[in-house]
Amino acid sequence: MLNRRTTKKIAAIAATLFLSVVICGPALAADTIKFGVAGAHSGDLASYGLPSVNAAKLVVADFNAKGGVLGKQIELVIEDDVCKPEVATSTATKLVGEGVSVVLGHICSGATKAALGIYKDSKVVVMSPSATNPALTQSGDYPNFFRTIAADDAQARMEVDFALDVLKVKKIAVLHDKGDYGKGLAEFAKSFLEADKRAELVLYEGVTPGAVDYSAVVQKIKRSGAEAVIFGGYHPEASKIVTLMRKKKMKTIFISDDGVKDDTFIKVAKKYAEGVYATGPKDVSKNPLTKEYLEKHKAEFKSDPGAFYDNAISASIALLTAIQNSGSTDYDAIVKALQTKEVDTPVGSIKFDARGDAIGVGFTVYQVKNGAYVEVK
Amino acid sequence: MDLEYFFELFLSGLTRGSIYALIALGYTMVYGIIELINFAHGEIYMIGAFTGLIVAGLLTLLGWPSLAILLIASIVAIIYSSAYGWTIEKIAYKPLRKAPRLSALISAIGMSLFLQNYVLLAQTSDFLPFPNLIPDFKFLEPIEHIVRSSEIMIYSITTIVMVALTIVIKFTRMGKAMRATSQDREMAMLVGIDVNRVISMTFILGSATAALGGILIASHIGQINYYIGFLAGIKAFVAAVLGGIGSMPGAVLGSLVLGWSESFFTGYISSDYEDVFAFLFLVVILIFRPSGLLGRKEADKV
Repeated sequence: MLNRRTTKKIAAIAATLFLSVVICGPALAADTIKFGVAGAHSGDLASYGLPSVNAAKLVVADFNAKGGVLGKQIELVIEDDVCKPEVATSTATKLVGEGVSVVLGHICSGATKAALGIYKDSKVVVMSPSATNPALTQSGDYPNFFRTIAADDAQARMEVDFALDVLKVKKIAVLHDKGDYGKGLAEFAKSFLEADKRAELVLYEGVTPGAVDYSAVVQKIKRSGAEAVIFGGYHPEASKIVTLMRKKKMKTIFISDDGVKDDTFIKVAKKYAEGVYATGPKDVSKNPLTKEYLEKHKAEFKSDPGAFYDNAISASIALLTAIQNSGSTDYDAIVKALQTKEVDTPVGSIKFDARGDAIGVGFTVYQVKNGAYVEVK
Repeated sequence: MDLEYFFELFLSGLTRGSIYALIALGYTMVYGIIELINFAHGEIYMIGAFTGLIVAGLLTLLGWPSLAILLIASIVAIIYSSAYGWTIEKIAYKPLRKAPRLSALISAIGMSLFLQNYVLLAQTSDFLPFPNLIPDFKFLEPIEHIVRSSEIMIYSITTIVMVALTIVIKFTRMGKAMRATSQDREMAMLVGIDVNRVISMTFILGSATAALGGILIASHIGQINYYIGFLAGIKAFVAAVLGGIGSMPGAVLGSLVLGWSESFFTGYISSDYEDVFAFLFLVVILIFRPSGLLGRKEADKV
């Protein structure tokens, strides 16, 4: 039963909602370019989404200070999707209704996927700084989607390509630690290897993390005749396996991931770590643009930027530059500009491939040499 | 069937089994005397390894030969861990000796968590490299790719510890007192046995074997962190139950059976389900022999 106080409360809430709609209702100025920002700005995952809002604010302020894009000022339209797919669809509808030309976002892969169909129908280019689900670009369903972060399978792709193209091995064993990260990576590596006829997958196994001894698995690797091992997992298991292999005089090449590209690995496996390959994120901290925007964030918001900040800055710059380069806010022109013209961003000088992944963003191969990881050229 | 491969898996199972056995011996001994599953035993093993690391680190700086370091580090670790074992018993178990058995069990779990977190806070959460204290013996070089010096060391120490503990329990005065306490604590007190001393001694001996295990295993594996005691402790406990908890040879046999079953299963089928298989095996054995492989049947007093 509704008593009078509840009714009053509802009335108050309705009034507030009405007011807020009026306040952030469509601006009247027609000669601005609208730049949508969508992502989690409240709730549990707000810490992933808010850095992108700050990034967009800084980049847009910079462009506006230089006279805007195509002679027009840029206006931010910020919408919260709390990282929920069901909210993301209405967020997308709202942004489309506002008439945005491009969207920075969304943040979470699930929400991004839910929203993409709506943008696609309305021909809006979307660029995420953080959605890493491989299918978003690889399925080919969303030609309007781009991202400035490497997909989840990028490390596996890189490891397999490195083994096949550079090391030219014929027999590969894939191991993992049964965890989400390691097993996910190993599964991608497995599927890439099976799709490629140049090498044979001779062993696919999960090991128990924390076990006291891995000699049985190492014997199995030896027996399989693998020339290289691709391991998905973290350094404690990797160092045990590598140490055992080397002590058993096996020369098998060891290739692993970001979980192993850690100095603790070298500290623990010591001389046995020599020659081990691991993929890891590219070091962008020395990039002048990265430094510049880090300083700007500190000056403007008095704090250190959070997750995916560099990726969000890069995406904002890429989107606005694409509009500038294409000379219009037309969908096809923007897509073409993104795919053909390179642009300098904090994550490097990037353009996008046909599927929407940024070329050259993300990972690179490192090798242990004289007790330190060095980049393999 | 590939005989060499079989032999290699056999050795790898033997290594695993001996590692479990070094820890399981302490479990089974404490259970045999006071019927308490000392869950903090895995943590004593971990503390032994940490003490060994600290001592070895200091002595390496002084440039001592590795065999001497191994000896000194083992002795210090044994003393240190035994002190921990003794103290734990006095603090966490003795006041609960007359309480229901479940209370002591909860106290043991609490002690285990306490020690884990204590080492986590006082030391580090990182993995630390453990120096290879067991030297590579020259005469083993030709077969180094099959069996390593550290493995041989582990096999032999496990055997020695098992034999020594059996001798202590079977033939010394303290051993006799232990057996008496295990059979009937009140009766033992009536005939003048200092039960408190016997129980303390049991904890000291159990902790000493755990510390020895900690050093040997850590220098075999080459790394430690605060959490190593947990999985190793659980596996060793399973091995002790498999062999018949309370029995020394049972603990060793159970450990070896567990080690081999894991190793052969990994080698011939898949390591993905190694633990599943190991525990399935445990269930099957316990269905047919509820008191374990070498456990004695105890008639319950009704």
